[in-house]
Amino acid sequence: MSVRVLLPNAFQKHTNGTKEIKSEANNLPALITEIETSFPALKTHLRDESGQVRRFINFYVNEEDIRFLGNDAYSFKDGDEVLVIPSIAGGCSPHGRTRFAQTLQTCTCCSYCGLENCTCD
Amino acid sequence: MASSYELRCRECGKRYENAPLSICDECFSPLEVFCDLDAARGSFTREAIAAGPSSMWRYQALLPVPDSYVPATPAGWTPLLKAPRLAERIGAKNLYIKNDAVCLPTLSFKDRVVAVALANAQIFGFDTVGCSSTGNLANAVAAQAARLGLKAYILVPADLEPAKILNTQVYGANLVRIDGNYDHVNRLCSQIADRYSWGFVNVNLRPYYAEGSKTVGFEIAEQLGWRLPDNVVVPMAGGSLITKIRKAFKELIALGLVEEKEVRFFGAQATGCSPIATAVKTGADHIEPQRPSTIARSLAIGNPADGVYATRCIRESGGWAEDVSDVEIVSAIQELAETEGIFTETAGGVTTAVTARLYAHGRIKPDELTVTCITGNGLKTTDALAGAYEEHAAVRPRLSDFEAYIDQLTEEPELVLGGAHVR
Repeated sequence: MSVRVLLPNAFQKHTNGTKEIKSEANNLPALITEIETSFPALKTHLRDESGQVRRFINFYVNEEDIRFLGNDAYSFKDGDEVLVIPSIAGGCSPHGRTRFAQTLQTCTCCSYCGLENCTCD
Repeated sequence: MASSYELRCRECGKRYENAPLSICDECFSPLEVFCDLDAARGSFTREAIAAGPSSMWRYQALLPVPDSYVPATPAGWTPLLKAPRLAERIGAKNLYIKNDAVCLPTLSFKDRVVAVALANAQIFGFDTVGCSSTGNLANAVAAQAARLGLKAYILVPADLEPAKILNTQVYGANLVRIDGNYDHVNRLCSQIADRYSWGFVNVNLRPYYAEGSKTVGFEIAEQLGWRLPDNVVVPMAGGSLITKIRKAFKELIALGLVEEKEVRFFGAQATGCSPIATAVKTGADHIEPQRPSTIARSLAIGNPADGVYATRCIRESGGWAEDVSDVEIVSAIQELAETEGIFTETAGGVTTAVTARLYAHGRIKPDELTVTCITGNGLKTTDALAGAYEEHAAVRPRLSDFEAYIDQLTEEPELVLGGAHVR
C-alpha cells in the first residue's frame, strides 16, 4: 500500500527541492509524522507553537478535501494521491527588488485583522 | 504616489521583497502588502485625491504600484447612492448603496482588484496571466489582459452562468472549464502557479490583487464627505473584500483624512455556502469548509482563503454575519431593482436580503448610517430570474386594445404588485 504525496513549492526550501514522495502511511497523522521524519527541517514550520499542524495547510485526497472524508480518521487507499496546499495559493520564486524604505513605520494598523499591537487603534 | 510597499506574512510578520508570492515560506500563512503610510502622508491628501482622476487610481498613493505607473483602465469611482425607497421597505432611515454593478470595464468590483494585479503582472514581467474564477473575476481578467496585450488563461467551474462564460471568451481569453466546483478550480490553479511562470491574479499575485479592494473603502469615505459610516454590509466569497474595506478605513484614520471611528462590519453569504457566516455565528476561530449549493455562484467558495480574517474583522468591529436562502436572494434582486433602479446579480441579492434581515433583527438601528455594497451586475445572472415574469400576449397597436389591456391589469392588481403602479 502506498500513496503519492505532492508537496507545494513553498515546502521545497525545507525539503531540498523534493516535490513528491511515496508514503506507506495509513492515515493523515501518520503521513505528517513521516514527512517530518523525512524532512526534519520542515517540522518546525509545519506546526505552530502548540504543536498543532498550522491551520493554513490543507490536505486533499484525490481532489477531495480530507476534512470531507473524515480528516484524521480517513484511511488511505492504495494509489491515493495526496495533495498538500498551504493557504489556497501558490507562488513563484521571489526575484523582485524591494523598494520599501529602510525605516519602516511602526504602525501595524493596516493589517486586515486589527492586530492586537496596532498602535493606531 | 506610492513610494514604498512590501510583502509581510500575516501571521509571523516575516518581510519579503516585492515578488509574485503569496505564501510565507516559514509558516505557510498568507502574505499581504504593507504600504508605508508615512511615505504616503505628503501625497495622500484630500486635495491631491480630489485633483486626481475620476477612477480608483485617485488613490494610487496607497496602492502597490510604482509612482510612475500609468493605469490603462479607469476602473472604480462608482456611485454611492442614497437608497430611501429600499430603506423604507426594510425599516431603514439612513441607507446608502455602493453600486459596483456599474464598475468599469466589466461591471463588477473585480475590475478594481484586477487593475492592481495586472499592473504588478507587468512589473514582474509576466506575459501570461490567469485566474480561478466564479465568473466576475474571469470577465475582469479577460478584458484588462486584452487591453494590456497579455495572454490570459481563465479557469472556471464548468457549470458557470452562460453570460459570464461569453463575457470572458469575447475578449479572446483562453477559457478552461473545469469539471468541479470553485474550490477544485482554485486548488488546481495553485498547482499550475507552482509549475508555470504565469501571473495568477488570485494566487501568486493575490497580495497585490487584494489591495485593489481598498478603493471601495476609500470611495465610500470620500463620497460621504470624508467621514466613515456606522455600518457596512459586504458580500463574502473568499472573504477578502470585507477585510480590505476595513483596512482602507484604518489607513484613512491613520493619515488623518477621516475622524477615528469604529465601523461595524456585517458579512453576507448564501445559506447554501456560508462557511464564514457559520464561523461568526458559532464563535469558531477557524473555518469549516462546505460544499457549495446556491444560485449565488459568485459567492460559492466553500473554503474561503480569507475566511479567518473576515471572521476576525466582523467580530472585532462589533458586527455580525447572516446568510439567506436562494428564494430570498431572488426576491431581494427584484426588490432592489424595483425600489432603487439597480439590477444586481445574485451576490447583490444576498447582500440586500442580509441587509434587510439585519434591520429586522435589530442588529442595525434605523438611524445609523449604513452602506451596503453591491458588487456585480444583474445582466450577468439573468438565469436566476428565469420564469419570474409572465409573458403576456402582444397587444394590437390600437388605442382601444391598449385601454382594454390596462383595464384588465387594473382588474387583476396582483399582476402589477411590486412593479409599475398603474392607475
